[in-house]
Amino acid sequence: MSAPPTPAIEVDHLVKTYAGMTAVADLSFSVARGEIIGFLGPNGAGKSTTMRILTGYLPANSGTVRICGHSVATEPDAVKRLIGYMPENNPLPEDMRVSEYLYFRGRLKEITRRKLSPRIDEVLELCDLKRVRHKIIGQLSKGYRQRVGIAEAILAEPPVIIMDEPTIGLDPHQILIVRDLIAGLRGRMTVIISSHILPEIEMTCDRVLIINRGRVVAQGSPADLRREVLGRTTYQLITTGSIDALPALLTAIEPSLKITATSEPDASGFVTLGLSTERTEEIGEPLLQSLITHGFRVRALSRAQPTLEDVFLAATRRSWDAKLAPLTNNVGAVT
Amino acid sequence: MKHFLTLLSHELRMLLVSPSTYIAGTAFLFFMGFIFTGILENYTKAAQDVSPAHVFFQLFWLPVFFMVPLLTMKCLAEERRLGTIETLLTTPVTTTEVVLGKYTAAYALYLSLWGATGGFFYILKRFSSDPRLIDSGPLIGGYVFIAVSGLLFVAIGVFASSLSRNQAVAGILCFVMLAGLIVGVRWLGEASFLNRDMLAPAKAAVEYAQIFAHYEDFTRGVIDARHLLFYFSGTALALIFSILSVEAKQIHA
Repeated sequence: MSAPPTPAIEVDHLVKTYAGMTAVADLSFSVARGEIIGFLGPNGAGKSTTMRILTGYLPANSGTVRICGHSVATEPDAVKRLIGYMPENNPLPEDMRVSEYLYFRGRLKEITRRKLSPRIDEVLELCDLKRVRHKIIGQLSKGYRQRVGIAEAILAEPPVIIMDEPTIGLDPHQILIVRDLIAGLRGRMTVIISSHILPEIEMTCDRVLIINRGRVVAQGSPADLRREVLGRTTYQLITTGSIDALPALLTAIEPSLKITATSEPDASGFVTLGLSTERTEEIGEPLLQSLITHGFRVRALSRAQPTLEDVFLAATRRSWDAKLAPLTNNVGAVT
Repeated sequence: MKHFLTLLSHELRMLLVSPSTYIAGTAFLFFMGFIFTGILENYTKAAQDVSPAHVFFQLFWLPVFFMVPLLTMKCLAEERRLGTIETLLTTPVTTTEVVLGKYTAAYALYLSLWGATGGFFYILKRFSSDPRLIDSGPLIGGYVFIAVSGLLFVAIGVFASSLSRNQAVAGILCFVMLAGLIVGVRWLGEASFLNRDMLAPAKAAVEYAQIFAHYEDFTRGVIDARHLLFYFSGTALALIFSILSVEAKQIHA
């Protein structure tokens, strides 16, 4: 059996500081070939900086980045031939036509003249840009401009595509198109995208990397992240009866089951409760049965599906807490 | 240098399709035509010692001050402002290719604008009965001077454009640098404080960099290797600084 192929992207102990401020602190991760990876993080977490380092546009202070086995620092020319990059805010020249722009970029990316025209037709078709191919880029709407940026990134069919917030400023319909486009690249190209729109990432990406303050705070598939970061399952229960007796009953069913929130009773005396457990298996059925045998009237019981948003908030909060831990007392006194 | 021609043809194409090129060209020719008419009017009043071409090219600094900043201020500043420099430099092109491509395109436009003033001399030759008005020596010398000195002036403009992302700032910087080089050095040459023995080397350097003196030599048909070296080395220096400036901005972005 042949040796396993080198990962598409390997980042090892990457550090980047700007004028004394650390943007990326000891970041390490690797991305397999053909994988679509989502890059999440609050503003200023170092997403764009990391992406710029991956493309070779910015030099890092220390650490190594390898794209398909080529080091970004020592073989920038080789790396530039392996990537398609769409920067944040998707800068485009205002006064060129779409097809002219793609032709120019294709020539810069060393596609031969003979192959370039059919390839341009292909990406125009793929990105649904056929209708605007002769329009001037400055006159296009945001959605079209964004797709021109994506078309440009995939033009030379590079093995690695890096896109910084490709869906920013798009309407839901356009997001759908862009999502399908990215999903269509699965398996053929390695794609790394950053985004604030979490459902977006969840639907397109095989793996999510959450970074905060220049560090990876969580990584894995969206399902893994839920389990790992939140570590608990939550249920919502609407019921009425002797609420005071409820905690004892819950402990009998599952020791880690706790009430996390209680609402005021509504007009007919029903209370909405939030329950939380460390058990990941479904415990809805025993819970429901024992509630009814103990004389509770139940209107609804549902298992809350934590969104990636909760994971993101929990993971970033966790990283803030870790950093701020020694200061907690002081902060508490002030607030 | 594989991508130099791609970049250059792109830049030239953008110049050719841009209306501002034609507006600048028309305004330039209008302005120069106005000067040329003024010169000819003087000749109708009284006979002069030198040919009209000599007087015309002596005023080279006037259009250079305005035209060079306007032609070059956009080239790198605009790329940085729009952020397209980022997409440009993440393709397999080098900074050197980008800067040289922009520089060559700007220089080509500079030359073609000046070349268009050749029409004035053609009209003069066609319609004037006096052959003394057309003296080919100063005419050819003047154009050679424009072509050679233009190398340096446009390179200074590209350098100024690499310093700022604001076009207006780049334009003003370029104007100041050109004024310092052309008028400032002339003023220094006349300043008496440089006449002391101790400052003799400085005086010699200032004399060497007198652009008006270079012009006089060119029109007399003296094409001195020292003058050529001055412009070529100055151009190389300005372009190297532009490349370094673009790369430094990238590191400290």
